[in-house]
Amino acid sequence: MTQSFRLNDVGLINREKKLSFKFNGVTYYGYEGDTLASALIANGIHLVGRSFKYHRPRGFFGAGVDEPYAIVQLYRNGETEPNVKATEQELFEGLEAKSVNCWPSVNFDIGAINNFLKIFLPAGFYYKTFMWPKSFWYKVYEPFIRKAAGLGVASTKHDKERYEHKYEYCDLLIAGSGPSGLASAYAAAKNGARVILAEDKSRFGGTLLTSDVNIGNQTGKEWADGIISELKEMPNVTVKNRSQVFGYYDHNMLVMSERISDHLPSTKKFHPKQRLWYIRAKEVLISSGSIERPLVFGNNDTPGVMLSSAAKEYLKVYGVLVGKKPLIFTNNDSGYETAIEFKKNGVDPIILDTRKDPQSEIVDEAKNLGIEIKFSYVVVAAQGYKKVKSADISKISDDKEQLSTIENIKCDCICVSGFWTPTIHLASQSGNKTQFKEEIDAFIPGESKQNEKTLGAANGIYTLDETLKSSFEAGNELSKKITNTENKVSFPNVVEKKSTVHDKFWCVPLPKGKNYKRFLDFQNDVAVSDIEIALREGYRSIEHVKRYTTLGMATDQGKTSNLNGLQLVSKIENKVVPAVGHTTFRPPYTPVSIGAIVGREVGKHSKPTRKSPMHYWHEKNNAVFVDAGVWLRPRYYKQGNETLFEGSKREAKNVRSNVGVCDVTTLGKIDIKGPDAAELLNRVYTNAWLKLPVGKARYGVMLREDGIVMDDGTTTRISENHYHMTTTTAQAANVLSHLEYYLQLVWPDLNVNVVSSTEQWAGAAIAGPKSRDLLHKLFPNSDVSNEGLPFMGYMEGDLFGVKARIFRISFSGELAYEVNVESDYGNFMWEKIMEIGEEFKIQPYGTEALSTLRIEMGHVAGSELDGRTIPYDNSLEGLLSKKKDFIGKRSLTREAFTAEDRQKVVGVVPLDKKTSIPEGSHLVKDSKAALPNPKLGYISASCWSVEYDNPFSLAILKDGKNMIGEKLFVMSPLKNKVIPVEIVSSHYVDPKGERVRS
Amino acid sequence: MLYIKCPHCGMRSQNEFSYGGDASVKRPELNKEVSDQDWDNFVYNRKSLRGKHWELWQHISGCRQWIKVERDTATHEIFKTLKADEEISL
Repeated sequence: MTQSFRLNDVGLINREKKLSFKFNGVTYYGYEGDTLASALIANGIHLVGRSFKYHRPRGFFGAGVDEPYAIVQLYRNGETEPNVKATEQELFEGLEAKSVNCWPSVNFDIGAINNFLKIFLPAGFYYKTFMWPKSFWYKVYEPFIRKAAGLGVASTKHDKERYEHKYEYCDLLIAGSGPSGLASAYAAAKNGARVILAEDKSRFGGTLLTSDVNIGNQTGKEWADGIISELKEMPNVTVKNRSQVFGYYDHNMLVMSERISDHLPSTKKFHPKQRLWYIRAKEVLISSGSIERPLVFGNNDTPGVMLSSAAKEYLKVYGVLVGKKPLIFTNNDSGYETAIEFKKNGVDPIILDTRKDPQSEIVDEAKNLGIEIKFSYVVVAAQGYKKVKSADISKISDDKEQLSTIENIKCDCICVSGFWTPTIHLASQSGNKTQFKEEIDAFIPGESKQNEKTLGAANGIYTLDETLKSSFEAGNELSKKITNTENKVSFPNVVEKKSTVHDKFWCVPLPKGKNYKRFLDFQNDVAVSDIEIALREGYRSIEHVKRYTTLGMATDQGKTSNLNGLQLVSKIENKVVPAVGHTTFRPPYTPVSIGAIVGREVGKHSKPTRKSPMHYWHEKNNAVFVDAGVWLRPRYYKQGNETLFEGSKREAKNVRSNVGVCDVTTLGKIDIKGPDAAELLNRVYTNAWLKLPVGKARYGVMLREDGIVMDDGTTTRISENHYHMTTTTAQAANVLSHLEYYLQLVWPDLNVNVVSSTEQWAGAAIAGPKSRDLLHKLFPNSDVSNEGLPFMGYMEGDLFGVKARIFRISFSGELAYEVNVESDYGNFMWEKIMEIGEEFKIQPYGTEALSTLRIEMGHVAGSELDGRTIPYDNSLEGLLSKKKDFIGKRSLTREAFTAEDRQKVVGVVPLDKKTSIPEGSHLVKDSKAALPNPKLGYISASCWSVEYDNPFSLAILKDGKNMIGEKLFVMSPLKNKVIPVEIVSSHYVDPKGERVRS
Repeated sequence: MLYIKCPHCGMRSQNEFSYGGDASVKRPELNKEVSDQDWDNFVYNRKSLRGKHWELWQHISGCRQWIKVERDTATHEIFKTLKADEEISL
């Protein structure tokens, strides 16, 4: 295929480098510097997709972020990406793209039948039609709508690309590198401010690349190039292209997405595909420019109808003609600039101007060039289905109400200009109260809420001279305040053509007897008639009209459609536009990939992974790991083909009969020091702490102020004013914050310091009847006899030259010890324990065996202390001091907490002694009772008792105190189980607690 | 994301902090009789104010100090921050 619409010597593309690409399976050629859109147009391709609702043929409408039509499915390096705008996607060698929303092909689209059914598909169609019968929704309506109305197809594969996040601080963030962005950045940079200048496109300069102006005896582009190259050299300036500032958040935090590799055939090794920047800026200058508004007429969505500014950009930047018989339809001078560019490149355009007799330099120039101009003329309708072939045009009366005779003229494109809409998204997101500016029929930013200022066209200033002057000044003033330096730059002389006022007319009336669709929102197929229906049906608020008709709700977020929608509502409602107001501008300004938002936090990086110092030993010894908060803990150590059930049973049995060792490093540890440490513990824990001697540990329970159990654990008095507190793995961080809260805010008079020491200590729990024998051999120089180290005792020991802390505490209910050494010696300790323990048949045990041991002993843990239970519920009421006050004590007198039939932890055994009880099941009196069957309690934890070799569970049961011996049913509708059970004491094994003291 | 001035560390982003509720709540003294109503007010009852509000934040990923922040709940504007031991003026 030849690039028959490419000019020979115009444009900024690199003709030295020809690129091949595929569109819908056909190979074409373009040049480096092209977008997919410009390369397709160069090849005469204008049909790129089908519209959302009616499946009408769609071409190109814009040349950048505002594009509502040209959305493609992109294939790059084995990956696919939906909803890529062809106008934004830069061309690379081997690019492949396909049309979306058409089946079986863009040229023959079955969904296009909707176009002929359009009379049945008005605004609110989905709401009205697909309501009844309800059962049809999932099976019939939704699949049908999804198939017919989807845009692209998301990849279901894992995204191999890498995305990064970056946090940055600066004095001035400048969004947009058009004339205002360049001028303000330059002035601020000269004053020494830290500046970030962001440009969404690949080329800097904005409208300077396409407009016929002269700055300081240079063309606009030359001036822009000069400024950019100077800025790039300055150490205090960061200049970023392909970077869209898409969101303005609280306290001048802005987020920008940088497309680093999207324009390359594949991402370079170690490079990210995209980077998300979180920028905290002292001042923000918004130089986002403006977007041309469409004019509205019949069939104005036909491929070949496009914005006149886009046609000019394709010509001047890419050297591409959007047509060879262009019709320019305008209500202002901008259309003339496009016409002049066509004329200069040997193409004869015809201008239809809605104005009667405009007088300006630009109009004169067009006249002098001999361009045919028809004043007081409008396009009534575009003709042609897949491409514009001609236009029905007519003279229009001075009041713009009456059309005259319809004439048909041949043309292959219609370039429309309905004047300009400032891009105020960022300003509005910042909280700025926008205001309506009558002269330009559009909203501009008003009073700033944050440190933000909008410049140039985004502020409704459409002359270059004024834009540059005000931008230089803004950049200078704002940076001067920050840096206290002023190096004022001299202001260049600007030559531009003067233009005259635009016509407020923008929507062409329908000719008699014709019902052409006149589209407002091109991506969502919202026509003038849809807005009329919405208003007729009583929708008044613009926010409601938007949601009912979907105006401005597509991936382009109505960049070209919103203002025309407002104007139409205001006209029908006979209100001024500001009284109608605009819908809320919300981030992101343009679509942002999920990958960029997620960044590096994917897969195993989605949360930190903490490993104990013994982790690699566990790994080598076939540990199967389980997530415990952010920690990885061995669940069991697999031998041969053992299942979890078999393995954990073996490990637990070995603890009961010999000795086992468990990695308890993950337990939270808090080091507490200070003369008032005992007083703090006394207030935090429910039991008494003032008389705990040095060298002794004590079990404690702490409550929240509302009386609910927060955490439990042992605390040991290491020395006079030094305590070692342990918490559960899950609550470690919360308990530390809790202590800090009381020390800093409630009782600042207490002289205590607390600090986390979780990572500083590696812990091993040694449990089982032979544990003391093992300890004797581990610490031959210490007296670890029952008298030397009694239950709840503490001593320091020497583990082959390593200082160790030895606690005689037990979670398993067996004779047990916990040994702590400094983390770096954790593995040494572990290996010594395993080595010396061999003669006592030691086996390591994981969390599953640990649970089994504690459940059958009736020790409550996280599944009972679940943020819903009080001490009584857990049979911990014996630990509530009557003599002293403590956190949460006052709440325990609440009526519900003291009810006679208050819930309490109990044991549950299946009558058949065989059926395992699923955790979370409910306990009921009568398994056949009518629903809703009153629930008496729930199973909090289940295990296979190794002591009795039958299933055993703990449950929180209403009136548990008086239920021992009762026969109930466990019901699990999820697992479809009904199990007859007997309620027993929660202390199933060794109820007197003799073993721990043995 | 809010930008909060920690009185100890300076301006820091919100993601270094953890929210801690109404700063004007005073815990009743230990070992004192407290009526049901007063206790309820301390534990549960909070005003959901629109506008200026003194609240607690903890600089958990920084100095770990609890601080007091006067913030507008509607606009997120922060007027003042105080150390834990500095009294707020309501």
